[in-house]
Amino acid sequence: MSLFDFFFPKKTSSASIARERLQIVLAHERVGGRGGADFLPLLQKELLAVVAKYIPVKDDMIHVTLGKAGTASVLEINIEMPTEQRGIKMKAATA
Amino acid sequence: MVHKGKKEKILSKVIVVTSGKGGVGKTTTSAAFAAGLALRGHKTVVIDFDVGLRNLDLVMGCERRVVFDFINVINGDANLSQALIRDKRIENLYIFPTSQTRDKDALKREGVDKVMDQLRREFEFVICDSPAGIEHGAMTALYHADSAIIVTNPEVSSVRDSDRIIGILAAKSRRAERREKPVEEHLLLTRYSPERVKRGEMLSVDDVKDILSVPLLGIIPESETVLKASNTGVPVILDPQSPAGRAYDDAVARFLGEQREMRFMLPERRRLFGGLFGRAAS
Repeated sequence: MSLFDFFFPKKTSSASIARERLQIVLAHERVGGRGGADFLPLLQKELLAVVAKYIPVKDDMIHVTLGKAGTASVLEINIEMPTEQRGIKMKAATA
Repeated sequence: MVHKGKKEKILSKVIVVTSGKGGVGKTTTSAAFAAGLALRGHKTVVIDFDVGLRNLDLVMGCERRVVFDFINVINGDANLSQALIRDKRIENLYIFPTSQTRDKDALKREGVDKVMDQLRREFEFVICDSPAGIEHGAMTALYHADSAIIVTNPEVSSVRDSDRIIGILAAKSRRAERREKPVEEHLLLTRYSPERVKRGEMLSVDDVKDILSVPLLGIIPESETVLKASNTGVPVILDPQSPAGRAYDDAVARFLGEQREMRFMLPERRRLFGGLFGRAAS
């Protein structure tokens, strides 16, 4: 593999573009999809309801994604703050 | 997986051949796997779940022997033994054709359950050739699966659709519903061209493996012999000259627990296809 990389740098090959595009789109689509994590949309909805009690947030200001970091799954919850535009970021690792 | 001896009686296993995307090689794979398992002495049936677009019969070369089909059996118009077609070339191999009806919901849940139970009692391996898409036919095909062969081309839309199907297997299969051991997943990369991978024009085995994180069962190289096999209605695994056929044979062996090194990952220096051009079409 490394020899190929040397002669055909990944940055310019269409295969590497394909790989990057797929990684991005699938990371997004796996929310609520793969690995039986279909609770994520509901989690997102309920989180929004709780947060909205204290901070005026809208539907699109809360993002829940399930990603991977090495062998662990990472549940990432991003909540956008309305006025100050500060982000609260919570990260929790699941089995 | 444990190695299973030829004559050893094993529990019946239902294998779905699925992909989400169409045209990636599900039927070719179903035919090759069914033939490969039967050649190793396992009593195998291969079922066409693509209601309305029957094609397994053509790929298996038994299209003129279809009398009754899956829907006839579900509706009680025929019994299983009347609908099963015994392969003339390979002992232990049976083909279960589907119907050409345009009624999308002809595969009724209870009817399919009953047929699958019956097949499990009679066969060691039940191979379900799934239709493309994620509609009723595809969902029914994967529902009973113990194992899934996810057929993927090294191409963006196929990889994305495979990812979808993997998610559906984990959530909607009978094993998932009953909270049993999850469906065993196997990645089969088809239409692979090591030359194009080397040139950076095609996703590599490692790319696809990393993205989907499913264990690799085999790599089937892009080969002219696959079309020749479907032209003549002979499963490609029966062609010893075919690189694809040999790759399928490896994949079947690995499926049964044998250790075989991955082939066809790097461009061949020898003239692999050389012998084929000289052969007259039969």
